[in-house]
Amino acid sequence: MNQNLYRKRLWTNRIGISLSMAAMVLGLSVLLWILFVLFKNGFAALDLNMFTQSTPAPGSEGGGLANAIVGSLMLVGFATLISTPIGILAGVYLAEFGNRSRIAELTRFMTDIMLSAPSIVLGLFVYAIIVAQVKQFSGWAGTVALALIAIPVVLRTTENMLRLVPGSLREAAYALGAPQWKVATMVTLRAAKSGVVTGVLLALARVSGETAPLLFTALNNQFFSMDMTKPMSNLPVVIFQFAMSPYDNWIRLAWGGALLITLTVLVLNILARVIFREKISQ
Amino acid sequence: MANAQELQLKTAIQIRHLNFFYGKFQGLKDINLDIAERKVTAFIGPSGCGKSTLLRTLNRMYSLYPGQRAEGEINFYGQNILDPKQDLNLLRARVGMVFQKPTPFPMSIYDNIAFGVRLYENLSKGEMDERVEWALTKTALWNEAKDKLNQSGLALSGGQQQRLCIARSVAVKPSVILLDEPTSALDPISTAKIEELVHELKSDYTVAIVTHNMQQAARVSDFTAYMYLGEMIEFGQTDQLFIKPKKKETEDYITGRFG
Repeated sequence: MNQNLYRKRLWTNRIGISLSMAAMVLGLSVLLWILFVLFKNGFAALDLNMFTQSTPAPGSEGGGLANAIVGSLMLVGFATLISTPIGILAGVYLAEFGNRSRIAELTRFMTDIMLSAPSIVLGLFVYAIIVAQVKQFSGWAGTVALALIAIPVVLRTTENMLRLVPGSLREAAYALGAPQWKVATMVTLRAAKSGVVTGVLLALARVSGETAPLLFTALNNQFFSMDMTKPMSNLPVVIFQFAMSPYDNWIRLAWGGALLITLTVLVLNILARVIFREKISQ
Repeated sequence: MANAQELQLKTAIQIRHLNFFYGKFQGLKDINLDIAERKVTAFIGPSGCGKSTLLRTLNRMYSLYPGQRAEGEINFYGQNILDPKQDLNLLRARVGMVFQKPTPFPMSIYDNIAFGVRLYENLSKGEMDERVEWALTKTALWNEAKDKLNQSGLALSGGQQQRLCIARSVAVKPSVILLDEPTSALDPISTAKIEELVHELKSDYTVAIVTHNMQQAARVSDFTAYMYLGEMIEFGQTDQLFIKPKKKETEDYITGRFG
């Protein structure tokens, strides 16, 4: 045995591990730092009024985020309702029917562009085609902008999850004389179910923190409103405006809102991981 | 080739001048073969000899993949299934297939069997229950599965999963069952059970089985085809082919001198 060679490899290994550990500590500590600052300020801001009162007028005391919370839930909820069926159906098309056809390749290419497009561009697009046309900021416009962001996420995860389903399962279904749409819906989509649900949850997590596309679409509303045809309050835009304000109670509310969004995203991500892990362990 | 006729057996599938192509590569070369009704026909040969390819032409499974095509004739009770007008779903309902690895669908044991039946028959709940029990009994799985019909098919052991897959094929009442190395992923005890099952099945079904286990072919089949490099080297009654092969190549293969 060549002792030198062995020693050299041992040291290369130690240096490699040290470097990767250092990188991990760096990344993790930034994340923990962010969470620490957020939790410290956020939990200090948290009180019952935050859920019962609407955003305060400039200069007034107290106030809460009730209108923004409900607005965000509605915007994200409708965006999910729109993007889930479209994303899943398109994903099924790409994985089961389109395969290598030209239209499928084109769809994939467009989806990739949509995935990496800055969300502010999508916001501007919706502003141009909806808000500027009807001359009214609205909850619907915000929903459409969020759905445009969510669709490619759902679509791509669905396609990728369907591709993980072994071809032998597809063949087995065809071997019983099942038509293609039945194979796709009853067998492969079902086999990929938990992966697809994970994709929907991740899309949900992604859009629930989006600010830019809502700036020119749903805008904001100081009052409690559930009218989707009118400007609608939402957490990200409230945080954006309040954090830059000179009022102490506004800044406090911004921290509270940031905490709410972060906790939501955290829960959604954990849920997605749990659901996906259950599938693997099957 | 005259064996089936000599024994006065009815032919279920008659293959004539079958050539098969994966793109430009020719996977099967001028195959001629008669598969006798209600008998077990085994395809043996070294890896890549085309035995699975041949099996997959019989239910046109290859048609799922662009670039694969077959020429010649495969007459299934007189009807050429290579005809482009052949309805593939109907064909596959009559020619069932079981694969190398167990492939239970991600649904309950009951639904695994009901899935195929529902495609072509409109049964009442009671009739469907009977059919499921019948298929599971037929594949000797009823006693093990009757208390967990609502559990996922994935909860069964590998050997049980494979019997579930056979039950699923049997349940749609096909006339032919194709088995593509059905025991290669199973332990010896599960293998023995499947082999027993193949024996039972031939009283009602025509069976074609691909195996790279020669002992298995000798145990379960009535007729054996030895293939090599896409060609049918020898075909005959299993006893004769194993005891007194006519061709030197066959003898080399079955005596283990090659392959």
